[in-house]
Amino acid sequence: MQKFEKLTGLVVPIDRSNVDTDAIIPKQFLKSIHRTGFGPNLFDAWRYLDHGEPGMDNSKRPLNADFVLNDERYQGAQILIARTNFGCGSSREHAVWALQDYGIRAVVAPSFADIFYNNCFKNGMLPVVLEENDMDQLFKEAEATPGYSLDVDLSAQTVMTPGDDVFRFNVDGFRKQCLLDGLDDIGLTLQHRQHIEAYEQRRRSEAPWLFR
Amino acid sequence: MIAKTLYDKVWDAHVVRSDPDGTTLLYIDRHLVHEVTSPQAFEGLRLANRRPWRIDAALAVADHNVPTTDRSQGIDDPVSRIQVEALDSNCQEYGITVFDMHDLRQGIVHVIGPEQGATLPGMTVVCGDSHTTTHGAFGALAFGIGTSEVEHVLATQCLIQKKSGNMRIMVDNQVGVGVTGKDIVLAVIGEIGMAGGTGHTLEFAGDAIRALSMEGRMTVCNMSIEAGARAGLIAVDDKTIDYVRGRPFAPKGRLWEQAVQAWQDLKSDDDAVFDRTVHFDATTIKPQVTWGTSPEMVVPIDGRVPDPEKEDDAIKREGMQRALEYMGLQPGKALEDIPLDKVFIGSCTNARIEDLRAAANVIRGHKVAASLKQAMVVPGSGLVKQQAESEGLDKIFREAGFEWREPGCSMCLAMNADRLESGERCASTSNRNFEGRQGQGGRTHLVSPAMAAAAAIAGHFVDVREWD
Ligand code: SF4
Repeated sequence: MQKFEKLTGLVVPIDRSNVDTDAIIPKQFLKSIHRTGFGPNLFDAWRYLDHGEPGMDNSKRPLNADFVLNDERYQGAQILIARTNFGCGSSREHAVWALQDYGIRAVVAPSFADIFYNNCFKNGMLPVVLEENDMDQLFKEAEATPGYSLDVDLSAQTVMTPGDDVFRFNVDGFRKQCLLDGLDDIGLTLQHRQHIEAYEQRRRSEAPWLFR
Repeated sequence: MIAKTLYDKVWDAHVVRSDPDGTTLLYIDRHLVHEVTSPQAFEGLRLANRRPWRIDAALAVADHNVPTTDRSQGIDDPVSRIQVEALDSNCQEYGITVFDMHDLRQGIVHVIGPEQGATLPGMTVVCGDSHTTTHGAFGALAFGIGTSEVEHVLATQCLIQKKSGNMRIMVDNQVGVGVTGKDIVLAVIGEIGMAGGTGHTLEFAGDAIRALSMEGRMTVCNMSIEAGARAGLIAVDDKTIDYVRGRPFAPKGRLWEQAVQAWQDLKSDDDAVFDRTVHFDATTIKPQVTWGTSPEMVVPIDGRVPDPEKEDDAIKREGMQRALEYMGLQPGKALEDIPLDKVFIGSCTNARIEDLRAAANVIRGHKVAASLKQAMVVPGSGLVKQQAESEGLDKIFREAGFEWREPGCSMCLAMNADRLESGERCASTSNRNFEGRQGQGGRTHLVSPAMAAAAAIAGHFVDVREWD
């Protein structure tokens, strides 16, 4: 897995709450059996004026000029800021893959839906939770300042603005370490092979109906 | 002994090991697999040269992409076909049981798990699908996972988890006639909000929940995720055990007796402590209809579309305005005055036999309104379809003007050919009304099966409590 340590990146603001995974990557693109290639269809229904289908040449499609991702000044953004409950809805990890494929490495919001939050960590993407007040400041500054970027430092657990305001965020210790080291958690779990086998042996005698 | 909640009990029974900070290796008893969220997981397994840990714990079925019309000729859409074929071949390669598209037992993954007895009380159940919460109706700890975790479960039979908070939803007293599990859960989400359960496992309890059938309980747990909850749970009782008895994957004989005895304990202890308890009075719950683009945007059938101007919170107000614009609705409009284009009865929320019976009861002897472009019934599984046909329900639907389809997810998420066109308005028994969920530009109103049926006949929403 790709490591995440520090990132200085251009910010794109999506000023909405409850941005769901259906919006992040619409279902017609979930038919792919690969993990890559979703970037051009990130936020497809908001980003383009026509109806997108897999296999279309996205460079020829009419863009929705009102959607921030199409704004010249946000091209190359690596950090997405949003409002509460980002990533709600379906469990599709394709939402994280699409953000990542587009170039986003961190999402900053006041809250996330559980499954999306979890999926981020499996893909080297950092979800950062900040207070609503702090988010208000980020939104104001990002919209007022072309080229607005943030410094995200996972080991220090901080987000720093260009004006040197520093916001601390919380992150689970285990997840943090996995992200810092780019660890494959299946490999980690398999180091506990004996524990799993011992558990199974015990359960087979306690609850044999679970094994057939 | 410390009093435990149901969540505590199921959790504790599945801890393989845990770290002092609470990071836990949790054992997974049942892994349900479908075609959309699994191909990359199998690919990952293959690339890392790993084998599935325990193939008998997995059960696979294609549901999201399958056509609901005659499928004897296969799938027309080449992209969908590849995905469905990938599931079949991955399962064959690793020896995982899969119900293919032509199997009578095929259906929506969350319908067939319980139907087959593959979902048992006290299990941990996962699936790469957020509505895995459905299985919590059996006192099973069931939740949706992403594709990386699908791979993790395949490879290790475990997940790395931390315990969530535990919230109890007490629905006291009894609902009135015409009010269903769907209305209860919509009312709950309307109250606590679509992020109200985030970071929590919900336990639904109280007389109104006890009175629900297993189908109704599955509907309630199915939509726990729409409140943002990690999982939804309901304690085991005689109804649970009666439902499971005799199903193909359920234990038999002496094992059955042993299992039933163990399941008696699958309820929260009387003095167990929850992080939070929210009370509802079932007698005040009316049939519900969503008006916006999230399940929390819901009002009772005799209500009106709310006015964003009356909302104090600026972000919420904007969300409401955007939703009204998307839905093409004006504040103050009576719900009963909203005309419909399509009606969809189906999905893992409401496509079980009891749901179809409820809809058929309303429809019997009536015709679908001439103003409707389409009304369809998509049974949750081949076995539900067969049962419905043996009861003559298909005839009732067809004679009224409904299409009677093959099982699958269908217009719940419109990954196959069944969808809304832009601007079309639909009464749907599914669980999500997000923008574009049933087709780009499509407008979804979530309701119970009986409410959807009545709306199909009337051409607009009506209060099913006043249906003759
Ligand atoms: S019926 Fe709808 S919600 Fe249920 S699994 Fe299928 S797509 Fe998901």
